[in-house]
Amino acid sequence: MHWIHAVDKPPHNSPLMSIRNLSVRFATDSQTAEAVQGVSIDLYRGERYALVGESGSGKTVTALSMLRLLPDAQTSGQVLWQASPQSPAQDLLSCSDREVRALRGRDIAMIFQEPMSALNPLYTVGEQIAEVLEVHHGLSKREALARAVSLLERTGVDEPQRRAAAYPHQLSGGQRQRVVIAMALACSPQLLIADEPTTALDVTIREQVLELLLDLQRQEGMAILLITHDLPLVERFAQRVGVMQQGRLVEQKPTAALFSAPEHDYTRRLLASRPQRMVGESSDGAPLVSARQLHCEFSIPLGWWKRREFVAVDRADLSLRRGETLGIVGESGSGKTTLALAMLRLSSARVNGEIEFDGQQLLGLQPSDLRRLRSRMQIVFQDPFSALSPRMTIGQILEEGLRLHFSQRSRMERESQVIEMLREVGLPEDSISRYPHEFSGGQRQRIAIARAVILEPELVVLDEPTSALDVSIQQQVLELLVRLQQRHHMAYLLITHDLAVIQAMAHRVMVMHQGKVIESGLTQQVLKQPKTDYTRALIRAAFATEQLSAEPANTLENNS
Amino acid sequence: MSATKSLSPGQRAWMRFKRNRRGVLSLWIFSLAFVISLFAEVISNDRPLIVVYQGETYFPLLQNYPEKTFGGDFETPTDFLDPFIERSIREGSNWAIYPLNRYSFTSLNYFAPSPNPAPPSAVNWLGTDDRGRDVFARLLYGFRTSVLFALALTAIGVVLGIVMGAIQGYFAGRVDLVIQRFIEIWGSVPELYLLIILASVFEPGLLILLVILSLFGWMGLADYVRAEFLRNRALDYVTAARALGLSNLQIISRHVLPNSMTPVIAFLPFRMSAAILALTSLDFLGLGVPSSTPSLGELLAQGKANLDAWWISMGTFGVLVALLMLLIFIGEALRDALDTRRG
Repeated sequence: MHWIHAVDKPPHNSPLMSIRNLSVRFATDSQTAEAVQGVSIDLYRGERYALVGESGSGKTVTALSMLRLLPDAQTSGQVLWQASPQSPAQDLLSCSDREVRALRGRDIAMIFQEPMSALNPLYTVGEQIAEVLEVHHGLSKREALARAVSLLERTGVDEPQRRAAAYPHQLSGGQRQRVVIAMALACSPQLLIADEPTTALDVTIREQVLELLLDLQRQEGMAILLITHDLPLVERFAQRVGVMQQGRLVEQKPTAALFSAPEHDYTRRLLASRPQRMVGESSDGAPLVSARQLHCEFSIPLGWWKRREFVAVDRADLSLRRGETLGIVGESGSGKTTLALAMLRLSSARVNGEIEFDGQQLLGLQPSDLRRLRSRMQIVFQDPFSALSPRMTIGQILEEGLRLHFSQRSRMERESQVIEMLREVGLPEDSISRYPHEFSGGQRQRIAIARAVILEPELVVLDEPTSALDVSIQQQVLELLVRLQQRHHMAYLLITHDLAVIQAMAHRVMVMHQGKVIESGLTQQVLKQPKTDYTRALIRAAFATEQLSAEPANTLENNS
Repeated sequence: MSATKSLSPGQRAWMRFKRNRRGVLSLWIFSLAFVISLFAEVISNDRPLIVVYQGETYFPLLQNYPEKTFGGDFETPTDFLDPFIERSIREGSNWAIYPLNRYSFTSLNYFAPSPNPAPPSAVNWLGTDDRGRDVFARLLYGFRTSVLFALALTAIGVVLGIVMGAIQGYFAGRVDLVIQRFIEIWGSVPELYLLIILASVFEPGLLILLVILSLFGWMGLADYVRAEFLRNRALDYVTAARALGLSNLQIISRHVLPNSMTPVIAFLPFRMSAAILALTSLDFLGLGVPSSTPSLGELLAQGKANLDAWWISMGTFGVLVALLMLLIFIGEALRDALDTRRG
């Protein structure tokens, strides 16, 4: 896969779209929230421009308000659209609804993050693509359908004739996104707005979809406005980047310049937030926990009596020492979470094999004996919003485990322990009487970590501990986890789909694919010399810079 | 984060409720009317509250005194509406404090100015029914019966509904399947026929009605609680609680249940109004309480039987409409307050 030639020169001609001093306000009951403040961007013909920022930075709102797709928003400023260099510019914010509607889909098309919700489940994908053509080009139904099939072919859908007659639910995620792209391309737009087009897809598919977009962009010569929070993606794809923070455009530069010399403080933080390795070599010693031939099966009912067995984890072996982090990496559905939950006997799957925790066999243990062991193995979840009961104060949440496992301690002792724990994870003391809804995602994750660590566990399962958080917060949480590990000498079983996280804190790593462990070893070793294609794809998705600098000749050629 | 004190989700819902003026006003009026009706004996009774007769103090409200006490001829309990007794209580230094309305729900007005049912007058504010009983008194006591009955029915329904829904939703799978089938069968038993049959077997009364209506009243709520439990049990905080080592009962009571109460609370006023309507219609049909018990449904039936006595039906109709509207306004406000999608 040759990402290198993605970085060619931005064409300089008159802007296709020019956003001047755009502000967007939302009026709620009590106050008006300013989502976008005075943003100015020029988009040139045939350019790939990326708008970067964390969630809530206003990047999606900017794109949607350009097409007047936010009926509740109050906008000010200008969005000048110039269909060809000779034609007069047209202000999209002040022209009539009919004129904007004529542009949407024909000259400016959009693709969204979640392809399933962007498609109507009641129509075949062929009909949905054909509809665009019927509306904007006045083609007959038959012509439109034929065109739809050829579009599907161009977006790389195999068996386009057959797929055109399929309904969205019959297609895979990658195929669906291809359909959405085909729909966007139906009228050969001059500008394609892609809002996190790959976030909902698996790594290997992500790659293919990006390559497709790039290919099509070159052939069609359209401009692409990419909205994303994924920096490696931006580095490979875009020619110019705009960085947004809290509704403002804080920096705007050619990609290479931005990544090599970020000017604004926030951009620097954003770039630096890509995790650095924080751990050394793992210690020796007997394993604290180990699994042999661990096999997890779900049975899926197919009717009253019939059932189908689904193997989520296929005979996996693993072992983990005290103070060590074992990373399990894989994409969604690879069985990594099932494996981790099974290790703690929290999985609803049927589990076979052997799990040994500090000399005790976990499988076959009585529920009451297991409950007594629980304080020694804890878990931190991915989504900090569903991990805390909304009706309990932080103090109650942290104290619950203590009350259960350390009931001999007095209330005063427990409370001082809670306060100390809050300080250790970097939260103010008065959090103790507050409720989860008053905290941000990163703070909630700290609370969830505190709830696990306060019981002085020996093993902690971290199930995607940072993937629901913004990049700048991710690094802080990872640092906290490493600090806690070193202080309390805990073993971490780290589940993630992101090799950058593995690189930052795992001593050893296991790669899982479709329920099987396909590769394992020391982190550094696996990252440097991956044995399987799958691992290589994961590495490419996580570290663009390393790959680029590994092949410097090409990069220089294209940038000059 | 502000420096103000943290509010629990419940407290925040209460703040939102308080912003709805119609709901708050309705809650106030309803509570006031209910509290007043709890003291119905003091407001509307055929006995004086206190009697001072020949230097001695009597409390006829709490105790029965024979007529002889107040200069009568018989050992029978005193009829304080008897003009002779009334006069002797007021003679000389004797005095008495009477309730606002001088009739109880069973007391007959033997001295009505016009034949029964008598139209509203200074003596019977809302007139009398066809047996000469004071309509105001019957409305007041009937209101109390209705609300108390509804409260009891709702409470039992809520407890049963939560228990069944919680078991279904939390354990899911086979347990859920079995109970769900049971609910389907149980729910298709014709309730009204059962009531008619039982009304002819047993002495009809409030208790038997409460039992029968409770047997069928929990199913709707169980569905909602089940759905909430099914949703909440899959959330991470429940798994986290299991990882902490909590038992099933602890997880249900401390984690899942408090987070599943929204539909239960939002439906409370609507369930109450449904219970009141159920009791009223059964009484109206004559399947409910015996006619000595004050009841809105029985009054409505009387109104229907005596169409020319407009005061019976109008009074009852007014009370019933006001009561149901108050409950619905409270319910609407509560539902909006618990809807977290709104501000």
